[in-house]
Amino acid sequence: MAAWAHFPAGLALESHKRADAIVPVIELPAPSRVVLPLDPGTGESAEPVVAVGDVVQRGALVGRATSAFSANVHASIAGRIIAIERIEAAVPTGACLCVTIAADAAPASTQDPWPAATDHASMNAQQLCDALHEAGIAGLGGAGFPTATKLVAGRQRSVHTLLLNGAECEPWITCDDALMQTAADDVVFGAALLRRACGATACVIAIEDDKPAAIAAMTLAVDRAVDAALSLAVVSAVYPRGAERQLIEAVTGIEPPSGGLPVDAGIVCQNVATAAAVARWGTRGEPLLSRIVTVTGSGVARPCNVRAPLGTPLTDLVAATGGYRDAPLRLIAGGSMTGIALPSDDVGLGKATNCVFVATRADIAPRVDAFERACIRCGNCSDVCPAGLLPQQLHRAALADEHALLRELGIFDCIDCGLCDYVCPSQIPLAHRFRLARGRFREATVAARKSDEARERHEQRQRRLRDEAAARQRAFEEVRARALPAARGSDGIDDKSGEAP
Amino acid sequence: MRFETSPAPHVIAGYSVPRVMFPVLIALVPVAIAHVVLLGPGLLLQLAVACVTALLAEAFALRWRGQDPAPALRDGSVLVTACLLALSVTPLLPWWLTALGTALAVLLGKHVFGGLGQNPFNPAMVGYAILLVSFPLEMTRWPVLLDAPEAQSWMELARMTLGAIFGAVGDPRWDAFTGATALDAIRTGLDLRYTLPEILGRGDVMGPLGARGFAWLNLAALAGGLYLLARGIVRWHIPVAVLGGLLLPAFIAHALDPGGHLSASTQAFAGATMLAAFFIATDPVSAATSNLGRLWYGAGIGLLAWIIRTWGGYPDGFAFAVLLMNVAVPFIDRYTVPRIHGRAR
Repeated sequence: MAAWAHFPAGLALESHKRADAIVPVIELPAPSRVVLPLDPGTGESAEPVVAVGDVVQRGALVGRATSAFSANVHASIAGRIIAIERIEAAVPTGACLCVTIAADAAPASTQDPWPAATDHASMNAQQLCDALHEAGIAGLGGAGFPTATKLVAGRQRSVHTLLLNGAECEPWITCDDALMQTAADDVVFGAALLRRACGATACVIAIEDDKPAAIAAMTLAVDRAVDAALSLAVVSAVYPRGAERQLIEAVTGIEPPSGGLPVDAGIVCQNVATAAAVARWGTRGEPLLSRIVTVTGSGVARPCNVRAPLGTPLTDLVAATGGYRDAPLRLIAGGSMTGIALPSDDVGLGKATNCVFVATRADIAPRVDAFERACIRCGNCSDVCPAGLLPQQLHRAALADEHALLRELGIFDCIDCGLCDYVCPSQIPLAHRFRLARGRFREATVAARKSDEARERHEQRQRRLRDEAAARQRAFEEVRARALPAARGSDGIDDKSGEAP
Repeated sequence: MRFETSPAPHVIAGYSVPRVMFPVLIALVPVAIAHVVLLGPGLLLQLAVACVTALLAEAFALRWRGQDPAPALRDGSVLVTACLLALSVTPLLPWWLTALGTALAVLLGKHVFGGLGQNPFNPAMVGYAILLVSFPLEMTRWPVLLDAPEAQSWMELARMTLGAIFGAVGDPRWDAFTGATALDAIRTGLDLRYTLPEILGRGDVMGPLGARGFAWLNLAALAGGLYLLARGIVRWHIPVAVLGGLLLPAFIAHALDPGGHLSASTQAFAGATMLAAFFIATDPVSAATSNLGRLWYGAGIGLLAWIIRTWGGYPDGFAFAVLLMNVAVPFIDRYTVPRIHGRAR
């Protein structure tokens, strides 16, 4: 166990992780309806392979991954497909293609559509990656990135370390804490499978020091595993410790290069919950059908952690934990710092939805009452920025859309942690401005590329037309050169006026 | 159930501009008390005139620019400008000059550039510099400090101060209770080819710590500055760099030529040193923005102040040093961008 202090910046935020609301993890019974988002959270949806009216078994494939950024989706309950449509969902884009299953029809077979046991021990790395891809496993930490894609990239780049992220730095979220307390052996087993799949020689499980129970459980599990390649790292609880790049630096001392990925630094980073999902696949052959989610905030009667089938409507989640109370103001998928505010609770639990934060006014009053003033360049934002940026300078550049300056000041190095907003005395929504600026930057880049392509096409056409005209002229002159002497010889006309100089 | 949406983060610390500005006003209390004790009640009148003028000018400018003046009047920033200007000028300054300087600070120093956060220059120093170059006589007429042997009573000083501020020009008794500041006296003495020991030996210039009287003012300002440091309102970089930029050359020059140069300890506790280091140079809007930049910026102010004090045409140089370094801020900011995480060292 090693404690690392090195960290560029960050801030110790007030914790709202209530010790009495972490375990036990409540098992939610299968709801009567699930709404399965086909987008894991990356913006790229799987392609539906079922039709409305089909009756599916639990675990049947309903959406097939079509790219490295999408993941297979399986039916989390048995029933009839009643809708496939683009609706509001707990994803960054706010909406995606979703498959709705109603439990009003029983499938012909009650047997699981997956093998009773996997022979993971005999699989090579590529086969493991393929199997995890089939099982639809995606990052459960909040980003939803397909696990197999990361593992394959890691193997291609010969990574040395698999880093399991159990930092969980968001002030309200406790689902990974609960998982590590209740399923530590699953995490360790999943870690071994993940390490084999990406070819790393070492595996480090990182946990923030504000989770003593989880650290104790994981220490025991690591000891039981008797695996020399496996170790535990306790890191101090500073937001955003759990951000991928920041955790990598805290644990290994390596900074992933700007604009690069962790694999460029020889590291694959996965969430502990993802490892546990891999373990469920390894022991039971089960694809990703459920996850642990924190239901919290002053707006719910009984904050707790729940294991629920994917696609469970958030209404059912909240109802199962005692329902709303105290005038809920915001429904946030994810934590208070980076979560997505949802317009409705009639959306399904996504793979990346690690928390349902029902905030009342008491939880978020300063943000609701925020009054934006001009930047006074106080520098609070640059003091806390974990990416070493100058948000106060970026903000000026963002307002002016000065793209060269934005890039130089690191607009794409911003990890969107929201700390600059958090400490800004002028209460400027900096993180959101930067998000918008990145969007406009990308749009402008695409537009510039399109216009470059159009100009290139136009210039090529002009060149081609010029070349053709020149060729015609040459052909004409050749013909004339051949014809003229003959004509001159025949009627003696001295024709010099038409000659080209 | 439907909910309103908003972008992340959903929780903020609730810091605000007033919460930055009002501690600055609180931190000025010690120096204000020392000022009133040593220099008479003039400061209180100067503060009143400056604050009222500043609020009126701010409201006028915002109204003219079509904005609601109420939030700006409550944010405290214009009061900080007014108080710093009032503390910088002599307590005997006629009220209309204080009002003029404050109005120019707010209008020319701040609002012509777009108001809060947009001004490249420290507004208080803009007002001070305009007054100093336009009304040098009025601006350099300081009362004899009450800890001087030839000083009259505080009540006497109070009476004369009222007269000076409200326009009793040319009272024959003025000479008895006005004089040059210590830095001014030293500057005049050096210009007359006296050596420092000769000037200081006259006894009416220096106190136990530095320039007589002003040492107490500087100590009080230092106390307020340390309070701001402890509260985290200002960072250490600018004050430390200002003092370093001033005291290091002062120490070297004094070691090489004790007859011609003031010692570092005298420089530290004379004139506006501490007020400038902790309250004026630390104005975040017009200062450099990265920590490394703040060090360069502060060191530049200290060095320029020392140069102006030593060779310049004015006894104290902080106003011009701050304004000159304000000009350099975009340049400093350009070359002191900190290394971004993951970029080459």
